[in-house]
Amino acid sequence: MTDVTTEAPVPGARIPAERGTSTRLAANVLDVFVRSIVPVLLALVAGAILLLALGRNPLTFYGDIWKGGIELGAWQDSLMRAAPLLLIAIGLTVVFRANIWNLGYDGQFLLGAALISGLGPWIVTREPLWFALTVLFLVAGAAGAAWTIVPAALKAYYGTNEIITTLMMSFIGVGVANILIKGPFQDPTVNIPETRVLPLDKMLPSIPGTRVHVGVLVAFAAVIVVHFVLTRTSFGLRLQVLGANPRAARHMGVKLPRVIVMSFLVSGFLIGMAAAADILGIWGYVRSNWNPAYGDTVIPFVFLARLNVLALVPYVLFYAVLSTGGDLATEHANLTTDFLLVLVALILIFMTLIEYFGRRRALGTSYLTPGLRQSLRVPWRTTSKAAAE
Amino acid sequence: MSEVLTRTFMTALVSGGILAGVPLMFTALGETISERAGVLNIGLEGMMLVGAYVGFVGAYYGHTVYIGFLTGLLGGAIASLFMVVLCVRLGLDQIVIGIAITLAGEGITSVLQGAQFGTTYPRLGAPPTVAIPLLSRIPVIGPSLFDQPLIVYLGFTLVGVVAWIFRRTNIGLNLRAAGEKPEALDAAGVSVVATRSWAALVTGCCAGVGGAYLSIVGAGTFTPFMTQGQGFMAIVIAMLARGKPLWVVFGSFLFGICLSIATALQLAGIDVSVDVVNMLPFIAIIVALMVFARRSYLPPALALPYVRGAR
Repeated sequence: MTDVTTEAPVPGARIPAERGTSTRLAANVLDVFVRSIVPVLLALVAGAILLLALGRNPLTFYGDIWKGGIELGAWQDSLMRAAPLLLIAIGLTVVFRANIWNLGYDGQFLLGAALISGLGPWIVTREPLWFALTVLFLVAGAAGAAWTIVPAALKAYYGTNEIITTLMMSFIGVGVANILIKGPFQDPTVNIPETRVLPLDKMLPSIPGTRVHVGVLVAFAAVIVVHFVLTRTSFGLRLQVLGANPRAARHMGVKLPRVIVMSFLVSGFLIGMAAAADILGIWGYVRSNWNPAYGDTVIPFVFLARLNVLALVPYVLFYAVLSTGGDLATEHANLTTDFLLVLVALILIFMTLIEYFGRRRALGTSYLTPGLRQSLRVPWRTTSKAAAE
Repeated sequence: MSEVLTRTFMTALVSGGILAGVPLMFTALGETISERAGVLNIGLEGMMLVGAYVGFVGAYYGHTVYIGFLTGLLGGAIASLFMVVLCVRLGLDQIVIGIAITLAGEGITSVLQGAQFGTTYPRLGAPPTVAIPLLSRIPVIGPSLFDQPLIVYLGFTLVGVVAWIFRRTNIGLNLRAAGEKPEALDAAGVSVVATRSWAALVTGCCAGVGGAYLSIVGAGTFTPFMTQGQGFMAIVIAMLARGKPLWVVFGSFLFGICLSIATALQLAGIDVSVDVVNMLPFIAIIVALMVFARRSYLPPALALPYVRGAR
């Protein structure tokens, strides 16, 4: 049984104590730098080479990203873009910690988005605004959570590979969202398949003095709450043990199906909330076939942050700037915004490469939970069978 | 009247099923090979897209579909080289790299298409077909089954060849051992890494041809994101086929029919929402997974990098 690759112990433990704390600190800083920042830098360099090959000037391109993402108040747009990205990223962190792959984020997100943009215009005129917006956040979260039930149950009770089931449910979710938008939620006054637009004064209010809507605060609050739950509660511990070693979790008395289903539900709920923050904060409506595919782009950062919710914040803010500025930069360079997908893929590749060399040179702990590679099989049944043999 | 209706409907369904099923068949066959060898290719979607784009460009500038399929094959192979080097050789995480290949494939083909053709989508002519005498005159299924581009017959032949390789040859035995018990293969003196590398490379070729078929024969043009999840469907088909190439054919055409049922219904005069129909294959897969949840089979060493001597 090649189940668990040996991981280095906690960072710092491998450095002999007599070398002194300053060396240890320097080594830790270097460790964090190499593992967490170098992949991003390498990806940007490789992206620059790619831009050169396409006959674009990489310096202007990255300059445009700075201009469009930071300067002249654009940082406020970046901050607003960060809200849904952050919520999705922490949603993914929760399941990834349990070594479960929820790749159905697109369906969960769009279903939440379609539901609240359909119900939104109706409910905001009838109820007090704070109540209506809270309800809409919860509705979106519930929709996202509901969409994970089938993969969660299949994974928990039959051990079906959740990569496949979540992806399939995602495609179905996107379809259902489109049907809702073209059918019951269609704005009767226009010919384009889109929902009715929320009035500006009925959307999420701005933080005084800025254009930034309060959805950003919701996202940051969620960061703190989820960080607390993951690191300070027994549920967080159970998730982590399940992720590290399902067999150990079973011996510890963890009810695996329950933890699997719970982690799926929490993840789906957070991803649904992301839709609420985006729709109620920025767009106010949904058009059919709209799919920002936020989830695809945050995955590398979830890993780079070592499945740590607090560490996610700088990464997501970085990508929010890249993405907001990227709209301008790709337009100036006459490229499609899909160029950013290439950058994200490059970050993923460099990240795993550095992880590989890091493992070889024992550069501290890995970003992957040790049991990650087992996720493809029935997590505890096969191991228990192997144990019985 | 209803006679004619069912006949046009059936013909459209069968030919549409073939048209949509062939790329799935190629890709799922490739996935079967690599899954058996213990390599999970989540990046199939990206490889298909690269194959579709490169194949289209090849056919567009080379003026024959054969150059197109050849370049598509090469494109898929190059995309799978990432998998070979990073996952098989270096033992990096197959899922993370697979996601990266899918994202990179989506991004790079969309960027190149935009850079090269802008917002125009040049079209290719209809590919030449080879009609098999007599058989192609059978009503309903004749023209749709036996009057196809050469590549379709090659695909069916390939399925037979792969099935034969799996069952009767040493190569097949090595492939299966690489997925079931790599230690045993290593002990027998065969390189696990080399076996898996070839398997992953062949998978890339198959996915490339599948993608090229999608753009050259299926659509006649390349549009970004044109695979629409077919790479993932192929993974599911391979999973449900439990490593049996003949089941791959069956599954592919079942899903091909699911994909083409919309056009057939429209031809028969029944108007259904495109969204509903697009969801059908995925609903079918979820139902299939629910029903056969316990029976889908994956080799024990799937997605585990092989490290000699590791416990």
